Amino acid sequence: MAIDQATVRKVANLARIRVTDEQVANLEGELNQILQFVEQLSEVDTDGVPPLTSAVEMTQPLRADIVNDGGYPEQIVKNAPASDDGFFLVPKVIE
Amino acid sequence: MSELTNLSLSDARAKLRNKDISAVELTKAHIDAMGQIEGLNAYILPTHEKALSMAADSDEKLAKGEGGILEGLPVGIKDLFCTKDVRTTASSKILGEFLPTYESTVTANMWADGAVMLGKLNCDEFAMGSSNETSFFGNVVNPWQRNGDEAALVPGGSSGGSSAAVAARACLAATATDTGGSIRQPAAFTGTVGLKPTYGRCSRWGVVAFASSLDQAGPITRSVRDAAIMLESMASYDVKDSTSVNVGVPAYEKALTGDIRGLKIGIPKEYKMDGMPEEIIKLWQQGIDWLKQAGAEIVDVSLPNTKLALPAYYIVAPAEASSNLARYDGVRYGIRVAGDNIDEQYANSRAEGFGAEVQRRILIGTYVLSAGYYDAYYVKAQKVRTLIKRDFDAVYRKVDLLLTPTTPSEAFGIGENINDPLSMYLNDIFTVTVNMAGLPGISIPAGISANGLPLGLQLIGQPFGEETLLKAADVMESAAEFTALPQLMAK
Repeated sequence: MAIDQATVRKVANLARIRVTDEQVANLEGELNQILQFVEQLSEVDTDGVPPLTSAVEMTQPLRADIVNDGGYPEQIVKNAPASDDGFFLVPKVIE
Repeated sequence: MSELTNLSLSDARAKLRNKDISAVELTKAHIDAMGQIEGLNAYILPTHEKALSMAADSDEKLAKGEGGILEGLPVGIKDLFCTKDVRTTASSKILGEFLPTYESTVTANMWADGAVMLGKLNCDEFAMGSSNETSFFGNVVNPWQRNGDEAALVPGGSSGGSSAAVAARACLAATATDTGGSIRQPAAFTGTVGLKPTYGRCSRWGVVAFASSLDQAGPITRSVRDAAIMLESMASYDVKDSTSVNVGVPAYEKALTGDIRGLKIGIPKEYKMDGMPEEIIKLWQQGIDWLKQAGAEIVDVSLPNTKLALPAYYIVAPAEASSNLARYDGVRYGIRVAGDNIDEQYANSRAEGFGAEVQRRILIGTYVLSAGYYDAYYVKAQKVRTLIKRDFDAVYRKVDLLLTPTTPSEAFGIGENINDPLSMYLNDIFTVTVNMAGLPGISIPAGISANGLPLGLQLIGQPFGEETLLKAADVMESAAEFTALPQLMAK
């Protein structure tokens, strides 16, 4: 499953990373090299093998459905590049 | 190198308790050492004032005969651990001058036990790398050099600042993290001990996430005993990490009895790879002989799916990374690069903030998770992961531990592999299986190559079998009598 430059652009858009034409050309080669390397897995028979979902056997812990944290918006926005009155500021998204 | 900075963590602890030295004195000696090794670029943020104030607090406690298990002991912290009000970057540009408003559970445990923070240590960007060359802050230099050759070598990665600082006696021990080998490989490259605990042993809360099903924190130290002491402090059950396992933390140091008679050690034949340097094969045999002489029983075993671990890792880890790193959007923290609309702002900020290797892995991860490919890649890799885990489950019915080399080579030169992602990835071939199966593993310095560089051997344990793992590592360490110093320290 080789990927072409159009796919590189599509994936970069999905990942929200701006790429230049030169980068697209390099990435096409690099990503195909990695995909070729992982391709050997397709030859492995995994019929009836369940996917591993947890590296260590454990049951999902449960906790009471109560609010036990929060109430400090000033800390949440403390590192934001732009904020106002406890809100994050972003470019206008609704016309 | 001063007498104080050459102490092991455990010897320094004894001297502090005996009041032979003070924590402030010990900390000052390390601050001097940090100044002498600035050229290695191991520390990206020294915290000297904080260190001295923590050390003064420790001296007050020690004077009253109080204090925790790390009281007054100066350590370095990999910059992947969030430290309250102390800049945390994961060695990435994208986090800018991020100041956490909270403390990671692992470091909080260590401060509660009295440890002194010397500073934040360099690492590969978001822990993605095997040479510490992907850091936004520049590469770290290994204090070791080849005989008669001053070429700068890599300290391994991703915990390259941790391994270099410990080897160069610029901290008594350091925290590190291991997703595919990032504690054990740098330990092997610098003649230090690197312990990756069982998945779920140390809380991941407050540790910058790379691949959440694989990431695990652990120590890099200069002795197995020091690793045991560090782990006892770092490990805990933590309700804030839902993958933290509720198992009590043993007094690991007590496990170092020196007695491994009757222990069964498996030697997996699949780790004998074509083209592996003869001296690494010889060292492995030496390790087998040491364990045998100490009364362990050696058993040949097979882990047939070993060769699938690395390709499966390069699906699972980038997939999880692409998901974890979606949070760096230029909105909540870190750098922002403006665009005409919010999507452009995201794309510009992420292009500017992430380095080449991180972008590469995010793109691979996004691709394998994208519609139409999810089953073929991600689910397939997770099924292969089950096969790898079953291999270990089967051999652990017959043996207690496994012995392998840590890496297929000694430390390489800066710039030698950075333009070839695949040959860089091969560094993790012996360590990545352990992460895929969630097991504990330790690398100990076991010998010196013909070029004069350290080589490591790896012991792999059973889930939550850190006591047995440390016990055997301690015996092997005694047999290896590794006392060589990095050229930089010997001068």
